[in-house]
Amino acid sequence: MATTIEASGLSKRYRGKPAVDDLTFTVEPGVVTGFLGPNGAGKTTTMRMILGLAAPSAGTITVGGRRYTDLPAPMHAVGALLDARAVHPNRTARNHLRCLARTNGIGPRRVDSVLELVGLAEVAGKRAGTFSLGMSQRLGVAAALLGDPAVLIFDEPVNGLDPEGIRWIRTLMHRMAGEGRTVLVSSHLMSEMALTAEHLIVIGRGRLIADTRTDEFMAASSGGIVRAGTDRPAELSRALLAAGARLESEVDGQLRVTGLSNNEIGKIAATNGIALFELIPERGSLEDAFMEVTRHAVEYGVTS
Amino acid sequence: MSYVTRNYRATFPDALRSEWTKLSSLRSLWFTALATVLIGPGIGSLTARAQGGAYLAGKVEDPASFDPTAVSYGGIFVGQLAIGVLGVLAITSEYATGMIRPSLAAVPRRARLLVAKCVVFAGAAFVLGQLIGFTSFLIGQSMLAALGVPHAGLDQPDVLRAVVGAGLYLATIGLLGLGLGTMLRSTAGAIGLLVTIILLVRAVSLAFPQDWQIWINKYWPTSAGEQITRVIPQPGALAPWTGFGLLCGFVLAVAVAGYAVLRGRDA
Repeated sequence: MATTIEASGLSKRYRGKPAVDDLTFTVEPGVVTGFLGPNGAGKTTTMRMILGLAAPSAGTITVGGRRYTDLPAPMHAVGALLDARAVHPNRTARNHLRCLARTNGIGPRRVDSVLELVGLAEVAGKRAGTFSLGMSQRLGVAAALLGDPAVLIFDEPVNGLDPEGIRWIRTLMHRMAGEGRTVLVSSHLMSEMALTAEHLIVIGRGRLIADTRTDEFMAASSGGIVRAGTDRPAELSRALLAAGARLESEVDGQLRVTGLSNNEIGKIAATNGIALFELIPERGSLEDAFMEVTRHAVEYGVTS
Repeated sequence: MSYVTRNYRATFPDALRSEWTKLSSLRSLWFTALATVLIGPGIGSLTARAQGGAYLAGKVEDPASFDPTAVSYGGIFVGQLAIGVLGVLAITSEYATGMIRPSLAAVPRRARLLVAKCVVFAGAAFVLGQLIGFTSFLIGQSMLAALGVPHAGLDQPDVLRAVVGAGLYLATIGLLGLGLGTMLRSTAGAIGLLVTIILLVRAVSLAFPQDWQIWINKYWPTSAGEQITRVIPQPGALAPWTGFGLLCGFVLAVAVAGYAVLRGRDA
């Protein structure tokens, strides 16, 4: 059964100030969906509302069509890692997981198998308070996987991880999505999302800014710039301008052109007998796209 | 798909098992419990010896009101504080460490989580209370017997009720701590209020006008509840079970207030 997360008109106000403002989106199974926005955009608040930890001021958010608090065995439906440090420091890793597992009828064998899966089997008997941040993150992932859930939610999972840990968690998320699960992962790191997420839900100031495929989000923001390199820049630019292009800049024989596709530029160059050394459509980075789209939505500075 | 969707339905016994695992997997709690079992009767034996000595020296104002059972319960003063603090920590440690969020995500029905916590803690506190009650009584009485002053035996009228009552009183104070912790969500705040309720109000009341003092001695929940530990009733006090009932009502009211906070506020 495919399980989606659906938000509809979701809003949360703290003392009258909106933290999440009329969000409507659907998170689909089978892909990693990135939940992107600057700090304070409302990502964590939204995730806490998915898990029933915070109550919406208006609207609804459901998992597989049900409110989280109505799920008969929530850990079998949704696994979440919100804050890896939210563990009693004096409890061992194994006992921490057992405390959670028992609430949903999950046995000690499953606890040991997820500890194995995240690579903590060796330190299962150690107190969680002695763990590094990376180990705590792994423990948090283990807790999320306990119920073998169809939906996984990770809040800023790569924060404070070393490169090896980041690669591990990224691979894990891809594998989980590949198995048909619904994976929602939040981040304020756009470069990370470009590598991890196929789909993006972008929010700023609690509002939905974009809900689109990651590659489309990046392409839309590149502005259609094509870079053309030649040894006869003056002639090429004259020909391109005549065809209706706009010249954005020219440095050392490199023209940056808008208004024409690279195919059209190539044909014009050939017609005029101008050799092209390179012809590259500039792909905007996710950072650029993000800055472009959220320019009016950041928490500080601008008032909308 | 390589995962299975089982049609499991989480139950209240599941929540009970989880809460027991939480309680029993903290070594610090075992140490605190052990210390309470040692210190409570230890202090009780000191007060028994002191008051037994006073009785021998004829320094007891009214020998007819000498209650050998109550005399061995000097340690309850300390024991109630320790058990109350354990009750506070049973919930506030989850807020302090952030564990409350995974806990509530695992058991989103907040009433179920709180009731499971209360049941498990009450069970543990009851056993702890009985241990303290019986140990204090047996040690205290043997000291009184050695001094050759009147002492009590479990076969005498009302004595067993008073000894079991001492443990019940302690367990109830533990639940009071749990209720206060749920209500205030902060360790320091809840312990402050606990100490105010069980110790400060009665200490300060000594400076109040006498009719206030009499009223507080009779109706203040912990004074009333304490009557269950006495064989010889204090003058002007409520009957043992009536007084204990009043304390239970008070603790229930605090727990309900705690539930209102747990249910109404975001975690």
